[in-house]
Parts: sequence; C-alpha cells; structure tokens
Amino acid sequence: MSEMWIVNGRVIDPSQGIDEQSNVRVSGGQIADLGRFDPPEDTPPEQVIDARGQIVCPGFVDLHAHLREPGFEQKETIATGTMAAAAGGFSTVCAMPNTNPVIDNRSQIEFVLDKGRREGVVRVLTTGSVSKGQKSEELAELGEMADAGAVAFTDDGHVVSNAKLMRYALEYARMLDKPVAEHCEDPVLAAGGLMNEGRISALLGLRGIPAAAEDSIVARDVSLARLTGAHVHFQHVSTAGSVELIRAAKREGLRITAEVTPHHLTLTDDWVAGGKWASPTVLEWWGRIPTSPYDTSTKVAPPLRTEDDVLACLDGLRGGVFDAIATDHAPHTTVDKECEYAIAANGISGFETALGALMSLVHSGKLDLATIIKYLTVEPSRAFALPYGTLRRGAPADVTIFDPDLEWVVNPAEFRSMGKNTPLAGIALRGRVSVTIVGGKVVFTA
Amino acid sequence: MADPLVGYRQNTAAGEGTRTEERVDLSGQRRRHILDLDDFSRDEIVRVLDTADIMKEILQRPIKKVPTLRGKTVVNLFYEASTRTRVSFEMAAKNLGADAVSMTASGSSVTKGESLVDTLCTLQALGADAVVIRHAYSGAPYLATRYVKGSVINAGDGWHAHPTQGLLDAYTVRSKVGEVSGSRVVILGDILHSRVARSNIWALTKLGAEVTLCGPATLMPSWFVERAARNDGEVMPGLRLSFDLDRSIDGADVVMALRLQLERMQAGLLPSMREYIRLYQLNSARLARARPGALVMHPGPMNEGLEIAPDVAHGAQSVIEEQVANGVAIRMALLYLLIGPNVSLPVEEERR
Repeated sequence: MSEMWIVNGRVIDPSQGIDEQSNVRVSGGQIADLGRFDPPEDTPPEQVIDARGQIVCPGFVDLHAHLREPGFEQKETIATGTMAAAAGGFSTVCAMPNTNPVIDNRSQIEFVLDKGRREGVVRVLTTGSVSKGQKSEELAELGEMADAGAVAFTDDGHVVSNAKLMRYALEYARMLDKPVAEHCEDPVLAAGGLMNEGRISALLGLRGIPAAAEDSIVARDVSLARLTGAHVHFQHVSTAGSVELIRAAKREGLRITAEVTPHHLTLTDDWVAGGKWASPTVLEWWGRIPTSPYDTSTKVAPPLRTEDDVLACLDGLRGGVFDAIATDHAPHTTVDKECEYAIAANGISGFETALGALMSLVHSGKLDLATIIKYLTVEPSRAFALPYGTLRRGAPADVTIFDPDLEWVVNPAEFRSMGKNTPLAGIALRGRVSVTIVGGKVVFTA
Repeated sequence: MADPLVGYRQNTAAGEGTRTEERVDLSGQRRRHILDLDDFSRDEIVRVLDTADIMKEILQRPIKKVPTLRGKTVVNLFYEASTRTRVSFEMAAKNLGADAVSMTASGSSVTKGESLVDTLCTLQALGADAVVIRHAYSGAPYLATRYVKGSVINAGDGWHAHPTQGLLDAYTVRSKVGEVSGSRVVILGDILHSRVARSNIWALTKLGAEVTLCGPATLMPSWFVERAARNDGEVMPGLRLSFDLDRSIDGADVVMALRLQLERMQAGLLPSMREYIRLYQLNSARLARARPGALVMHPGPMNEGLEIAPDVAHGAQSVIEEQVANGVAIRMALLYLLIGPNVSLPVEEERR
C-alpha cells in the first residue's frame, strides 16, 4: 500500500529530538509527515495502524548479524534470519562475511545483496572481509566490494591478526571511505579459552579468556587509527578496559566508532555457572538466572564478562563511548550447541530478544528509552554512513512500533530464527515489537 | 555406634529403588546426582563419611559383599584413561551386589565419532540406574544429567571436579587425624588444572580445615592469585594461597601433592622440571618442617622424583595407599545413598 497512517502512538525519534504523542503519515514508501493531523475520514481502515499505548520509532538498524548464507544454511538463511530480524523490530541488517565461501569479492557481495532483495524480509546490507578467505594474509578486493555495495570490512569471527595487514587495510579502506570493523580478540591470549577468565572460570574449571585479549587489540587498533587516520569500528565490545580505551580515543578525536551487544549490557559470566555464585546485585537484575551450570547457550565470543564490565559498558553507552547497540545475532543448530561446553559453538540467537532485554534496562532505571532507541537507530546509521534510522520527511518509511510494557516469556521454539540458542529461554521480558515496517511495507505483525 | 542411616524412610518394597526425586536423603536434602561438592552442606559430607565407615567395616568382612544394590546396574562411562577410579567404582558396585559395566572411549563407538549425547541416550535406553562418568571436558556430567534418568556420578570432569576424590581425601584425613576441623592442609602443585584440588578445597573448607594452596603462580587460577594479593593471602574463608612451600608447610598436619603434567613446560607455563623440583618438590627435608607425623597424600598417579620424592611417597607418613582403599568405601557409600533402597544395611549382628 502506498499510503499508511500510524496514529495515537508516542513517537520517539532521537534523530530529530522528538518524543511526543504524534501521528505518522507514510506515502510512497517514505515518511511523508509527522504531526497531530488525523487521517482523512474516507481512509480505508487497513491503511491505518492504531499505535495507542505503543512507541513509534524509526526501524532498528543492526550493524552486526550473522545470516549464515552462503554455506551455513542449516543454521540460518537470509529468509529466516530476516524474518527473525523483522520480529525483533530491525528494518536494516548488516550481514557478516564469515560465511562459506567467505564474502571476500564482488560476486559474493552481489550474491548476498541479491538474495537479500529477493528473499529478505527486511533490508539486507552486507560487509565484506578484510582479507582473502579471512586468512589475515592478503587484502581482499576491498575496492570492488565497496563498489558492489559493501558497507564496511571485517574479518569478524576473529581478529585481523597480522598487524601490518590491518594497517594496510585501514589505509586502503580510508581511501574508499569505509570503516574497518574489528573483532578484538588476541588469538594467542585467548587460545583455548571458553569463557571469561575470572572468578567463575576458576571455580568451574574452564579455561578463561582474559579481558586483556580484547583490550590489547583495542589498544593496537587505536594506535593504528592514529597512524592511518582511518575509521576503525570496534565490534561487540565487552570489557571495562576497552570502554576506557575507546573513550580516550574519541576524546583525542580519532575516527573511532564502537558497538555493544544487548547481552554484554545485561548478562554476566555468573550465567555460565547457572547463577551459583552470583552476587545479590546480579541476581536482582533478572530475579533468577534460568541457566544451569555449563549451559552452552551462555557460550559466546566475546564471552559474558563480570558485573564490573557490564556496568562499565552501561556507563559507556550513557557517556557516548558507543555508537550502536548491535545484536551479533549468531544462530546455531541444536547439534552445534547440545554438547560439552568445550566443543559447543559460540553465539547467541539475539534478534528476537534484543528489545526485551534492552527494555529490562529501561524498566530497572539503568537506561532511558530515548537512549535505547537512539543507539538502535540514528547513531548506528551515522556510524556506517547509512541513510536510515530516522523519521525525517523523505526518509525511507522504516518504522518500528512496540509495546514497552507487554509481558511475554521467551520461548525459543517460537523464534522465527532457525537458531534457538539463547540463555534467556524461559525468562519473562517486558517489551515487545508489535509491527515492523520497511520501506512503507508491513513486514511483521505480532 | 549409632546407625547413621536411622531416619531414612523405610521403603516397604525392598530392592524396588526409589525412582522419584526423593532418591537420596543426605541430611534431609534431596540429591539425585553427585556432580560437585560446592553445594554440599557440612552435614551432608559428614553423612557420606559416616556411611563410608559402615562400608569400610563391610570391606573387612571375609565376604565383602552385601546384596543391597542387587538388581541395580551401574555403568562406568570413562572417556579418560583411569586405573584406580574406574576399578574402584566397579568394585564398589559389585561389593553392594549391583551389576557393573565399564565402557571406555577407546573400545567403543566413540572412536567412530559418536557424540557424548548419543552415547548417553544409548545408555539410557539400556537402562542404567547410575552412570559414573569421567570426561576430559569440564561440565560433561552436567550434560549427562539431561539424558540419564537415573543418577549421574562425576568421576572427574576436566579441571572442574572429582567429588569422590575430595570425599575420600577428607575421609582419609578424618580417619587418621581424627578431626578435619582446624587441620592445616597444604595442597601443593598445579592447582589451576586440578579437579582434585577444587573438590578438596570444597570438602576440606566445609569441614572446617584451614587449607593453603601452594605452587607456582602460572599454575594457580588468576582470580585466586588476585584475591590473595588483595586480602593478605586469603582467597576465601578457610582458603589461603602462597608461592612459598617452605613457609606454607611449617606446622602443617597434611600435605597433599598433586601430579605435575610434563606438558606444562612445553606450554610455556614453567621454565624447567629442574626448577619446579627445586622450588616445589615434596621431599623429606621439607616434610620435616611439617608437624611430626603429618600425613603425606597424593591422588595418584604419581610422577615420583618430580612433584614428590620417592622416599616420601613410600615413607612412614604416606597414606597414599589408604586413600585408594578408602576410595572404595566412599564410592560404596555414595552408590548406596544415591540408588540404594532406603533400608538399613545388614549389620553383622543380624546375620548371625
């Protein structure tokens, strides 16, 4: 339909500093107007969405998600992944290139974008890898990939371990005016590690990944950003140390952006032990911790960290250290997860719980609603120079309508994602997407 | 001696087994599995040790067998090589009249790539009352509880726990020293990679011992080191940490040496075996600094000449062989408590 009205909702659009009861008119796939005007009396009812009691905001923009195509279609496809994204209120998703084959050349970029257009339920963008095959040896054809539409370059899944190659990648990407996004994890310090190194790993007898494995790479890449003047985007930041390094780098004026996941804002390594040794504060965040010890749904890279790290990330979000909340949606099959902790795959299927998890921070007073929406919409768009995340006149009509108070229980069996791997199974959340609109078309209704 | 089993529910259907969650009455708490000692109360541990006293008496009889677990099947699922633990569990099961079956990874479909989950499902279909599992990966027994309808007993998982070892070590200390509470125990060696150390830490501190961990910093969990540094040597109540063996062993009642794996040097954790021996070997000169008659313990297998000098290993203060013997009694106690029929064990007087 080319005309649509969203009425009676509370419109929150951080890109315009708007937070008010307002109506939205959509026309021709674009935002036509915001205001208190009512739809004409002869408007067909199917063109009117009543958002009474709901929040109306720009569609969420996810800078980091694994859609698994090509090569890992048993875990997820572009079709199922984008259906899950839509259910989570995401209208734009940036796919990661650690597929099989790796997205390291023009034809792979075109494959993903083309499949996204044909089968994607929401807008699919893609990144390209930094190095050929993500092997950290030779640069991939960054120029060709940029020309084909890649929004950024990343060897996500692991770090660009060759520092000299990372330098060249930054210089080259700067020329193309694209960011290089880094998964910060020193492979040697982290080798064999299964969870955060700390109190819980000591008691559970699991080899730990020290915070230093992430901090040291953040420090390295800050130095390289300084050297090259290029844009470095730090993916899924998880440690207090990283937050401080990024804060200082931004203060210095370096071209740094950073993202944080909903799970690194809400969960700690106590969840790996099933909450056995959780502090009263941590237990209070959720009421109860539903995982059992060694629950592989808690296994993720970077790992769930300590209470102090989570508080530092929250503080960082409030303080402008981060530019985006990104899901790092990482679906896996049951076979990949239903096994011993040491051999389970890393990742959380996060699209469909992102808003609910973030709303728990709003309901407990740790963050305000406008902040959550800001870092899901305008700021991620700005970080990757995307024309989304806003309800300005003329912008693509990407709108998310959600009920901030609706209570629901997380049931992975009901996920639209093929990945049912989430530590939040059985948890009651307050806050759920009702309608997702992409380019003026309704792609999800609860 | 008062029968510690008084107070257990008398189940009229002897031998029926209790397939409900009221499986085990360890001091009034319901427990279906033995995975770790971290959530055992002091009373529960004492209950197990007291039950082991009864089992030890049975082991001294000419016929070391009672029919208490007749009709029950205990399956040993061992993914790691083991002599003493596996045989100990087998004997414990058989002494109680149960059927014992052992499965080792090398002789099974594991070599064909069968997953742990599938192996457990198969065992479940075959009807095991208890599965005793030893695995190289920490947490594997927890996974097992999702697939085994009976009881799971952890016989050692990765670096995490070896609860039966912790219990038999506590039992050994109690039987030789008399009272664990107030005993000064030094656990010496590679704590970081040791499930024996972790389980002993829980068992001994819950019984009131004062435990000191001693070894090189690279073989200590970093969080323990950090805590000790900030709290004047204390990691948690009852648990201290020191890098100085000569100082820690002063006046100790028990010294427990842990096996050092030769691979630790290749991994860059230690400069050389020579230096380890010089700084941390339990030899007679060091042992002389402990209390006279202090116990020398080791979970085995030993690298004689490395973490422990041969004369100390086989000397008068060594209770290493008793540990092994106590292991059977402790495992009998646990099997009885977990899958036993909740009736009193036949005591000598009744049989005459």
